Amino acid sequence: MGKFWALKKSIWVFHMCTGSCNNCDIEILDCLTPKFDLERFGILLVGSIRHADVILVTGAVTRKCLPRMKLTWEQMPQPKLVVGIGSCALSTGIFSPGYNIVGPVDKHIPVHAYVPGCPPKPEAIIDGVVKLVGSLG
Amino acid sequence: MMSQVLYSMGAFVVFPGFLFTAAVGLLVAWVDRKITARLQWRVGPPWYQNFVDFFKLLGKETIIPRGVSRISFLASPLIGLIGVTLVSLILWQTNLNPHQSFLGDLIVVLYLSILPSLAIVMGGSASGNPLGALGASREMKMILADELPFIVAIFTPVVSIGSIKLGSILIHQSINGMMFTHHISSIIALVVAFFCIQAKMTLVPFDAPEAEQEIMAGPYIEYSGPPLAIFKLTRAMALFTLPVFLITMFLGGFQFGGLGILWSVVKYVVILILIILVKNTNPRLRIDQALKFFWLRMFPLSIIGFILALVGL
Repeated sequence: MGKFWALKKSIWVFHMCTGSCNNCDIEILDCLTPKFDLERFGILLVGSIRHADVILVTGAVTRKCLPRMKLTWEQMPQPKLVVGIGSCALSTGIFSPGYNIVGPVDKHIPVHAYVPGCPPKPEAIIDGVVKLVGSLG
Repeated sequence: MMSQVLYSMGAFVVFPGFLFTAAVGLLVAWVDRKITARLQWRVGPPWYQNFVDFFKLLGKETIIPRGVSRISFLASPLIGLIGVTLVSLILWQTNLNPHQSFLGDLIVVLYLSILPSLAIVMGGSASGNPLGALGASREMKMILADELPFIVAIFTPVVSIGSIKLGSILIHQSINGMMFTHHISSIIALVVAFFCIQAKMTLVPFDAPEAEQEIMAGPYIEYSGPPLAIFKLTRAMALFTLPVFLITMFLGGFQFGGLGILWSVVKYVVILILIILVKNTNPRLRIDQALKFFWLRMFPLSIIGFILALVGL
């Protein structure tokens, strides 16, 4: 049993949108529906960042969202993990020429898993979470 | 003398106190999650899920926000935990040996059962978060709403039997059968007390104090790590302890001989499943609606039950 044996089986996620087009957010919520049901792996969506273990970031980071994203990340209790979801969070995607885009996410906070796609399918998000869990000690 | 002290410590820490109540409570909280999941056509978590959640939260960092009263912020989860542990201890000791209860233990249990709610109020107010303060004020209103009908309902069988000792109530029921088989007043009191424990555990439809979707878990919002784990544990233990209180008062308590154990478990499971079904089939009430429900519907109903008990029905 490694250091993170309990964390691996009980991941509470906090959902943060940094200016996405809302498509990735809908796919994240899709993971929690009866068809995919992430609660069977102990994954829960929580309302407060203080309860969270993993923060799911969607969207290319806009200038206005950047301080809020950093503040949210700082408010999270250790051990904390970040998953970037969607092409925008990974590389700012189609919004890269935008005047108010300061992303991608990993330029500002450390990202532990990347889930590409525009939007990624729920299967891809589950795969990303499984790989994140596998990378823990 | 020494062995008696050791025995009392063992009773408090291991059985039937903290460890026993905590283990069964976390298991029961899993039953709640699993049945909820099945009702929503999901698979639901494995049986050890709540234990894992608890140990994970113990390993997380405890953040104390700036400008917070450290003592009341960190002490309030412990106060709630001690309250629910003592309630469980007294109830189980009485059930194990009805002849050994002391005079007025019912009043002690009633007082101690408010402690978890008061701890939530204290923690929420201490956390210095506007949403936490909002949740704390709602929790306070919820205590005001459910406490009045709950106490009247609990005292209805006391009036019928004429004794305020939990032990005498249990002995009376073991001779004459469950309260509601020979007292109409106790049926009414049982219904009222059932809704009151739903509110005491702040489960839907009375979960306005910690509405996750609108005020983000309310009083718990600033808690992280071990204090949050203790709060979750207190809730799970309450889900085990409060139905046991109802069973002790109205449904004949727990028997420990032969098939009696099975029958006792059946009684508990029926109450638990009723709680979960009410939780899953109702929308959340606003705090004013909850107050109206308890003061205008449940309180007159419990008074009717009380008067029937005074008449002798």
